[in-house]
Amino acid sequence: MAARRPKSPEPVTMTVNGQAVTLDRPPMVRLLDVLREDLHLTGTKEGCGEGECGACTVLLDGEPVCSCLVPLAQARGCEVLTIEGVPADHPVKRAFVEEGAAQCGMCTPGMIMAALSLSARPSLDAVRTGLAGNLCRCTGYEAIYRAVLKAAAGHGGAT
Amino acid sequence: MRTALSRLTLHEPRTLASALKLMRSGGPSGPLVPIAGCTDVYVQLQFGALPASAYLDLSRLAPLRKIRMHGDVLVIGALATFADIIGSRLVRRALPMLVAASREIGGPQIQNRGTIGGNVANGSPAGDSLPVLAAAEATVVLANADGERRVPFSGFYTGYRKSVLKPDELIIAIEIPVVEGVQWFRKVGTRAAQAISKVVMAAVRSSHPRIALGSVAPTVVRLPRTEAALASGAGIAEAQGVLREEIQPIDDMRSTAAYRLQVSANLLEAFWEATA
Amino acid sequence: MGVVGLSVPRVDGPAKVGGTTRYVDDLVFPGMLHARTIRTSIPRGRLSGVRLDFDPAGFTIVDWRDIPGRNCTTHLTDDQPCLVQEEIRHAAEPVLLLAHEDRDALWSAQVALTEERHEPMLDVLASTQMHKRILISSGDVERALRASDLVVEGEYRTGAQEHAYIEPNGIIAVPEANGGVTIHGSMQCPYYVHHSLITLLGLPGELVRVVQSENGGGFGGKEDYPSVIAGHAALLALKSGRPVKLVYDRAEDMLATTKRHPSVVRHRTGVTKTGRLVAMAIDVILDGGAYVTLSPVVLSRACLHAQGAYRCPNVRIDGRAAMTNTPPNGAFRGFGAPQTQFAMEVHMDRIAEALGMDPAKLRLQNVLRAGDRTATGQVLADSTAEIVLREAMKRSGWRRKRDAWKGTNRGIGLALFRHGAGFTGSGEVRLASRCTLTTTEQGVRIRVASTEIGQGTCTVLSQIVADALEVPIDQVKFSVPDTADVPDSGPTVASRTVMVVGRILERAARALREQLGALTPAEHFAWHGETSVTKQYEQPPGLAWDDETCRGDAYGTFAWGCDVAEVTYDPVTYAVRATRLTAVQEFGRPINPMLARGQIEGGSAQGVGWALMEEVVMKDGAMANAQFTNYTIPTTRDTPRFDTFMVEHPYPHGAFGAKGVGELPMNGPGPAIVNALRHIGIDLREVPATPERVMEAARGGA
Repeated sequence: MAARRPKSPEPVTMTVNGQAVTLDRPPMVRLLDVLREDLHLTGTKEGCGEGECGACTVLLDGEPVCSCLVPLAQARGCEVLTIEGVPADHPVKRAFVEEGAAQCGMCTPGMIMAALSLSARPSLDAVRTGLAGNLCRCTGYEAIYRAVLKAAAGHGGAT
Repeated sequence: MRTALSRLTLHEPRTLASALKLMRSGGPSGPLVPIAGCTDVYVQLQFGALPASAYLDLSRLAPLRKIRMHGDVLVIGALATFADIIGSRLVRRALPMLVAASREIGGPQIQNRGTIGGNVANGSPAGDSLPVLAAAEATVVLANADGERRVPFSGFYTGYRKSVLKPDELIIAIEIPVVEGVQWFRKVGTRAAQAISKVVMAAVRSSHPRIALGSVAPTVVRLPRTEAALASGAGIAEAQGVLREEIQPIDDMRSTAAYRLQVSANLLEAFWEATA
Repeated sequence: MGVVGLSVPRVDGPAKVGGTTRYVDDLVFPGMLHARTIRTSIPRGRLSGVRLDFDPAGFTIVDWRDIPGRNCTTHLTDDQPCLVQEEIRHAAEPVLLLAHEDRDALWSAQVALTEERHEPMLDVLASTQMHKRILISSGDVERALRASDLVVEGEYRTGAQEHAYIEPNGIIAVPEANGGVTIHGSMQCPYYVHHSLITLLGLPGELVRVVQSENGGGFGGKEDYPSVIAGHAALLALKSGRPVKLVYDRAEDMLATTKRHPSVVRHRTGVTKTGRLVAMAIDVILDGGAYVTLSPVVLSRACLHAQGAYRCPNVRIDGRAAMTNTPPNGAFRGFGAPQTQFAMEVHMDRIAEALGMDPAKLRLQNVLRAGDRTATGQVLADSTAEIVLREAMKRSGWRRKRDAWKGTNRGIGLALFRHGAGFTGSGEVRLASRCTLTTTEQGVRIRVASTEIGQGTCTVLSQIVADALEVPIDQVKFSVPDTADVPDSGPTVASRTVMVVGRILERAARALREQLGALTPAEHFAWHGETSVTKQYEQPPGLAWDDETCRGDAYGTFAWGCDVAEVTYDPVTYAVRATRLTAVQEFGRPINPMLARGQIEGGSAQGVGWALMEEVVMKDGAMANAQFTNYTIPTTRDTPRFDTFMVEHPYPHGAFGAKGVGELPMNGPGPAIVNALRHIGIDLREVPATPERVMEAARGGA
C-alpha cells in the first residue's frame, strides 16, 4: 500500500493559563517553543533541550512535564499552565520571594511548577523527590525547600 | 534543536486499527516512527540523531494505556506511563519490582510521560524496566494490520538496540504471569535521581532464582548459568564467579567495565542476603 | 533604622517568580537573525578548506577575512583568534559563522571543513609550553626539609568542572546606524566585552555599547567567554545589517566554553614529630588549554592559596599553567584556590595520619593567626582560622562522631580554608573602579558595571547605598549595567562586588548625603535637576605588592571557612553520599544574611558536585559527555543537609565591614568529603571521588 501523507495538520486548540488558543503550527514543533515564541510566554525556559534540567516544566492537564519533550500536537485539547498563569499571591510564589529561593531565577519557573504538584504537607523527603527533576545551580536547593515547606505549612498544601 | 521539527509530519490516528493501517502503509521514505511520551524521541531529535521525517502519534489510543488483570496475568498497556505504574494497585501487588524501577526512572516529569512500551521499543541496554521484564519472564504483545502476536521477552532483543519488532508493528501491551518468590530491584546510577544506569538488576528469589542485568551487555540479559549455580545450592562466592564469566560489560563515558563487573557481583550478594 | 544586616527580600524576586524577568533568549528584535558557529573537530592541525554544501541564499556568512580590526578576542593577552584562519589549536575552535532568519534552514546547512591533523599535546604533565610560571618563596625549603623529623609527600589531582549555569551563554548584537554595534547579553563583565570588541571591530569606544541582560547564572563561566560570543554576534550583525541572536544550546555550551582548570599539585612537607610544619615545597600544575586567556591570574590565585590556612617559615610554591590542545579553561568560582586548597587539606590529613595525630589538632597547632607572615611575606592583620575551626568542630559534633564512627561506613572529615577577597596584589589599583550615584525623580540610582548574576548584587548594593545615604531602600534603584550609562566598576568576579564596589558606593553615598544637605534625593532632583557623585577605588593604607617577585600583600584581607562533611559509604556500589555539611564561614559580616546564606549553600553544593560526581570526560581533546544527561550535577536527592554558621569579624575597608563571600564556600567541600573518606579508611587523593575511583582505592588500588 502506498505511503499516505498525513491530512494537513489541523490547527491545535488548547487552553493556556485558562485561555483558549489556536495555533496553526507544524505538529512536531515543541510545546516549549510555541509557548515562548508564538504565545510570548517567555517565563518557561530552555536549559538543556533534553528533559534533564526541568527549567521548561509546565503543567499539562495538571501534571508536571518537560515542555521541551512535548510535540505541539499532543497538547491538543489539553490544559496547559505556565508560570505566568500562577497568581502572584500564590503561597508558593510568595514563599519563594520571602525565603530567597530564587537567585539567578532561571530554574525558578520550572521549580515552582513542579512544586505545585507536591502533595499537601509534604515531608522534606517528599519535597526532594518531587523536585528531583529540576536542577538548580545557584541555591543548593535549601532555600527552595524552606519556601516550599513554608507554603505548605501556611496554607494546608502547596497547591 | 538540530532537527528541523517544522519539516516533520505527524499522523494522529484515533483508533488502534487506523494506526496499524498507517504503520502498514509506512511513510514516504521509510517506516513511520511511532511516538508516545517522547522522552527518548525528542532527545534524539534535539541531537539530530533521528533521520526519519514521518511520525505517528500513539498518545490518543486510550485503550493502550490500561493496566488490568486477565485472570492471573498482569496486562500493562504499552502506553502506561511510569507514573501510572507507580500508582497502580495492581502492579504494586503483582510486580512491586516494576514499581521500584519506575520510581527510579528520571524524575517526576519523565515519569509522567515516559511509557513502558517506549522503554521496551527504545531498547537501550540501560533501560530500567527491562531487567524487571526479563526477570518476570514477560511477554511482549505486538500488533500489525494482520493481527497480534506474542513474543517472550527473552526473545525480543536480537542485538544492540535491535529487536524482532517489524517496521509495521506496534508494541501494544506487556503481559506478566504470576511471579513466584521474592522480587528485588536495584539501580546503580550516575547520581541519585535523573540518572542513567551504570548497572541495573532485577531478581526473583525462589527455588529457581532469576537474575537479570542491564548495562552490562549490548542488551538486557538473564544469567542462566548464575541462576543454575544458585538453584543447585552453590554458595554466593561461587555464584559470583559464574556471574563474572557470564557478562561482558564495557568502558564507556559513564563507567568502567571493572566497576560494572565488581558491582554486579556485589549486587548478587546483596540480593541473596536481602531475600534470604 | 538601617537595612544593612537585614534579610531584605531581593528586589528582583517578584519578577523572577512571576516569570516576567527577561533573559537574553527571551528578547526579540525586529528583523532578527539566528546564528550558528561552525567549529573544528580535531584538537590540533591546519585548516585547509571550507566548503559550503548549502544554498547560501538568505544566509550571512562570516569568516576571519570579514574581521575589520584584529582577529583576536582580547583577555589579558591577544593570542586567541576570534576565528580560525589556518592554525587549529583545539577542538570546537570557531571557524565560520552563519546567520539566517529561519532556524531550521540555519541548522540544516552543511559545511565541510578540510582539517589536516597534527599530533596534539593532551598531557598537561608532558607539555613544555607554558602560559605562565610563578614562584613564591620564603626561607630555605630544601635545608628545612633535610632537617625535619618527617617528610610527607603526596600528589593530588582535581578534574575540570563545568559551570552548568541553567542559562547557557548567549548574546544579541544589534548594528547601529552610526556604524557601531550594541551588545545585549548574559555577562559578568560588560566592560571586558567592550574592551575586546573595539579591537576586533576596529571601532572607537563610543561606537560599541554593551548592555547587560538578566543573567541566568555565571560562576565565572560568563567572565571571559562572552567576549568570544559577542565578537561573533557583532561580526554577523555588522555584515548583515540586522540584529543577530547567538545563543548556545547546552551541548555546544559544554563543548566549547571554558571550564575550571584541572590541576596536579605535589606536596613535600617537613614536620616535627610533634606536628609543627617547618617546610613546604609545593608544585602547582594547571591545565590552561590552548590559549592564555585567564590562566596567569588563575595560577596566581592558586599559588597564593597553596599553603592554605597554615603558617610555615620555609615555603616554596612553584607554579605553572601549561598549554594543552583543549578548549581554553577559565574562571570558575574559586579561581585556582579550590584546587590548591584541596591538595593542602587532603595532605594535612595524611600528615596527621603519618604522625598518629587528630587532624583537627594538627591544624590548630599550625593555623595562621593575626600577626603571622604568609609565604609572600604578608603579615596578616587578622585571622579567624582558629575560631572557624573550633566552631565547626563544635557545631558538627566532630569529636564524638570521629570516635563513634571509626570502623563503620560513616565518615566525618574537615577542611580549613581561606579566600582572598578582591583582585590579587595591585589588581584593584590597576582596575581603578569607579561608581556613580545619580539623583532621580524617585530618589537615587546606582550606576555600576557590576552585574546581578543571582548572587544579589542589585539588592545588596541598594542596601549599602540606602543606609549610607540615610534613605529608605525603596528610594534606591539599581540601573542596568550599560556601558553607555555606567562607569567601569570592574568585573563581577573575585568576590569583590560587595567588599570593593560596595565600599566605593558607600563613600559615594556619604558624599552625596553631604551634598543633599537636608533634602531627600528626590527633593534635590526637583530643585536642582540631576546630580551625580562618582567615586574611585582607594587602596586601603599600608598595602604593598610586587608582581615580579610575588612578595607583599597578596590581598587586602582574607575570608575564612571551615567545613565538616559527613558521608555514608555504600560498600555494594562504592558510592559516597554526603549526608551533612556544616559550613562555618567568616566574611566580615553579612550585608544580607539570607542572601549570604544562599551563597554559602549554593557554593557548597557546587563543591559537593565537584567532589563526588562532576567529571568532564575528554576524548581526543574534546568533552565527550557534553550534555546534562552525562555531565551530572547534584539533584535534590544528591545534596546533603547544609548547616550554615556565619562568624562576624568586620573588615574596616569593606562596605559596612563586609568581605567577599561568593567564592569562599567553594573551597571546603572537596577536601572535607575526601577527608571523610579517609576516616572510613579509603585513601583517595583526587576529585571527583566517583564510585569507580573509590572502588579502586577501597580495593587497594588494584
